[in-house]
Amino acid sequence: MSTTTFMPYDEALARFEPVLGLETHVELGTASKMFCGCPTAFGAPPNTQVCPVCLALPGSLPVANATAIESTIRIGLALNCSIAEWCRFARKNYFYPDMPKNYQISQYDEPLCVDGYLDVEVEGTTVRIGIERVHLEEDTGKSTHVGGSTGRIQGADHSIVDYNRAGIPLVEIVTKPIPGTDRLAPEVARAYVTELRELMRTLGVSDVRMEEGSLRCDVNVSLMPRGSAEWGTRTETKNVNSLRSVERSVRSEIERQAAILADGGRIIQETRHFHEDTGFTTSGRSKEEAQDYRYFPEPDLVPIAPDPAWVAGLKAGLPELPSVRRKRLQAEWGVSDLDMAAMHNADAIGLVEATVAAGAPAADARKWWMGELARRANEGGVALAELPITPAQVARVTELVASGALNDKLARQVLEGVLAGEGAPDEVVAARGLQIVNDEGALSAIIDEVIAANADAAEKIRGGKIAAVGALVGGVMKASRGKADAGRARALILEKLGVSE
Amino acid sequence: MSLIHESAAELGRLMAAGEVSAVEVAQAHLDRIAEVEPKVHAFLHVDPEAVLVQARAVDERRAAGEELGPLAGVPIAHKDVFTTVDMPTTAGSKILEGWRPPYDATVTRRLREAGLVILGKTNLDEFAMGSSTENSAYGPTHNPWDLSRIPGGSSGGASASVAAYQAPLSTGTDTGGSIRQPAAVTGIVGMKPTYGGSSRYGLIAFASSLDTPGPFARTVLDAALLHEAFSGHDPMDSTSIAKPVPPVVEAARQADVAGLRVGVVKEFGGEGYQPGVLARFREAVDLLESLGAKVVEVSCPSFEYALPAYYLIAPSECSSNLARFDAMRYGLRVGDDGTRSAEEVMALTRAAGFGPEVKRRIMLGTYALSSGYYDAYYGSAQKVRTLIARDFDAAFHQVDVLVSPTTPTTAFPIGERADDPMAMYLADLCTIPSNLAGNAAISVPCGLADEDGLPVGLQIMAPVLGDDRCYRVGAAVEKAFESRWGGPLLKEAPAL
Repeated sequence: MSTTTFMPYDEALARFEPVLGLETHVELGTASKMFCGCPTAFGAPPNTQVCPVCLALPGSLPVANATAIESTIRIGLALNCSIAEWCRFARKNYFYPDMPKNYQISQYDEPLCVDGYLDVEVEGTTVRIGIERVHLEEDTGKSTHVGGSTGRIQGADHSIVDYNRAGIPLVEIVTKPIPGTDRLAPEVARAYVTELRELMRTLGVSDVRMEEGSLRCDVNVSLMPRGSAEWGTRTETKNVNSLRSVERSVRSEIERQAAILADGGRIIQETRHFHEDTGFTTSGRSKEEAQDYRYFPEPDLVPIAPDPAWVAGLKAGLPELPSVRRKRLQAEWGVSDLDMAAMHNADAIGLVEATVAAGAPAADARKWWMGELARRANEGGVALAELPITPAQVARVTELVASGALNDKLARQVLEGVLAGEGAPDEVVAARGLQIVNDEGALSAIIDEVIAANADAAEKIRGGKIAAVGALVGGVMKASRGKADAGRARALILEKLGVSE
Repeated sequence: MSLIHESAAELGRLMAAGEVSAVEVAQAHLDRIAEVEPKVHAFLHVDPEAVLVQARAVDERRAAGEELGPLAGVPIAHKDVFTTVDMPTTAGSKILEGWRPPYDATVTRRLREAGLVILGKTNLDEFAMGSSTENSAYGPTHNPWDLSRIPGGSSGGASASVAAYQAPLSTGTDTGGSIRQPAAVTGIVGMKPTYGGSSRYGLIAFASSLDTPGPFARTVLDAALLHEAFSGHDPMDSTSIAKPVPPVVEAARQADVAGLRVGVVKEFGGEGYQPGVLARFREAVDLLESLGAKVVEVSCPSFEYALPAYYLIAPSECSSNLARFDAMRYGLRVGDDGTRSAEEVMALTRAAGFGPEVKRRIMLGTYALSSGYYDAYYGSAQKVRTLIARDFDAAFHQVDVLVSPTTPTTAFPIGERADDPMAMYLADLCTIPSNLAGNAAISVPCGLADEDGLPVGLQIMAPVLGDDRCYRVGAAVEKAFESRWGGPLLKEAPAL
């Protein structure tokens, strides 16, 4: 294998302009498969969620899942697409062991949804990504290649196939070519997939877990020399299984292609595989000896002819879309673009929104999620949403602070307790004894002790040197192990010493 | 008259009246099968014990006072292209030898629900591709009229079993004429229902947009009874029509054509047609006129393109439908010695498992769908299909039914056309248009050709969902001919 050379990113961008394209596959979260009644739950023992239809036994026939068609149309509507008034499924013919029929029921020249767009925000600017088409198809089974070093079929000892996934409804969303992203191409690609994922969640059509493969992304990249209007040859990178990988694969592919082109070479139109460990892509099968899929209309299924009135009803019933929601929340919360973007990137918007809904002021909710909790999530290497604390619990903590029962320092300890599994905030407060000391008797006794122990300081204060009170307040806080209300302690000390400010 | 010569309707009546048991009826047919099967080879699978178990179950249901349908206890021969959980299903191919389906076809299930006793699975051209049953991987079936001749195809086992009195009824499938042509050349009744009128679920696909299950019987009424028993909407088949089955039994009993407008398709006749076939056909037309039908000539100019269009569409669909036979999940597996790739095993299995005609059609279809050829071949064929449907529409504005010979010749000798696919394909010249348009069509006997004394079939075509008209006209023709002949045509067949 020849070594791949890369051109440093800045140099690559100085000489070439990237054009992106993204093909995203989303497994729909329908209860049953696309063309049969088998369940779709992830992680069942291999080949337990199968039947004559999804195993392609002789004589079996597909029946289209109406919910999957509806979900696809809703996705199309949310992506501002036109919905076909009449379209058909098509057979895509090719032999592969994880494809039971040796053809995939897909859509070819008559997709359900065409010509839409999705706006994404990158570094404060809005980029409109054109959507070429959204179509519905079925997933294949899952092959596992055993005995090779790469986990791919080449060099494997044998392969095993799990058909549980075969026939799960899959929506393919294809962008139009995306020129003009310039040096932000990797970020735009990532932002697009992020936005798409959020849209799917909002629509409730898929759990969009990249790590489980329910959202899969193929990234197309080509380069053209600066000043040229003619697009270059593209490569298609598969196996891009995280948002970070989307970004890295674009960057790496730009650097690789730039090195080849600068050296007078040409880009081979091919499928490439992304490797999470190295961040590089390697060559897959070449598309130049392209497969002829021999598409033709699927004769086992009747055409789909969605009633325009029904489609209009689906459109009217769409939930508030993520970008609209973000704008609304930003206005409601009164936060800056920068803060909003930070919350978006941290996947904190929903958490903050839920915390606000549970009664917390927006500023406090944001403060905790983007501060202490973000820090904890970072330390633990988990997503914010995966922290074992609920927005309602965070809201309760902010309430305790607002009521004066906790100060920020204690509140952090309460959060720590909740995260450690010690129970709800009130339980942690009780168990750890974190209540601010606002019992005047107890506080008064502590102050008396502190004054007695710091006679010199007390004398200075009596003499009018009020600034010295800080030392006594510190003493009180220390003696109370942080539980005293510092403001109240200060007032009481001054009162006891007969001084007024 | 012995039990094997009775009609299905009569057997049903006798059993309902308690004059004979289902076991006795089944045994009589099993005996007949044992007697003539070595000569006819209509069956690929018969399990006498299992047949008697089914028959006993019907007798027990009846004894328990259960309300049973008109065909309960009647034996039936089932084409080996429908899946059956209790019998192997091969589609006449080596690639499925020994395969036991884990599920019943909808047609199979409905036969069982109607109390029909399945005698076994009948021979066919491999994957229903052929017009002679010579393409079966398990040897040809012989025509009971002349054992040296073909029984038609692809449902040749089905037609022969009924013509040889091995069964009063059988199932078939018709993709380009695979019910009507075998019925015609064996002197029995065979009906291709409206496409979508009978379920394809569990029917091993040849060409999805054309395949249609239908009945064989020795009388038009029997065919209608069977048609009614297994047809109707099936949610497992998306192309199944969600409408009631047309009143076929009532129509078969009505059996009159007075005032009906009958169109003779001008394009079917002349060169390539056997004179004896044309003579019998003209007689049938005269008969219809004498019965009070108004006969006119109708032109369907697109029909001449039906055959080439069919031989693009059917192979295209079959090339894709048969891709699933890849040795991975069921059926034959060749060359899996631990050194070969899955791809190599697939190729070796398909090379060994498919016969020459199946391979020919897979290659034709693969080519016709190829990038760069699609529009010229598959695309053009689909346009022809539309034109043919329009010809039918126009014709059915003028007439209630269309008639033609079912097939241009009588049964040809086994081996005669085996090396000449084009000659073989011509057997379906008159039947293919109705497959392309999806309308209903039946073949009923209309006499024997003078040259060879072999049966000739009259094809009666009706509009989509006009299946009842086929039965109404077919029954009228049957009644009039039988009174002229002094009994059914099959009476003329030699004893086996």
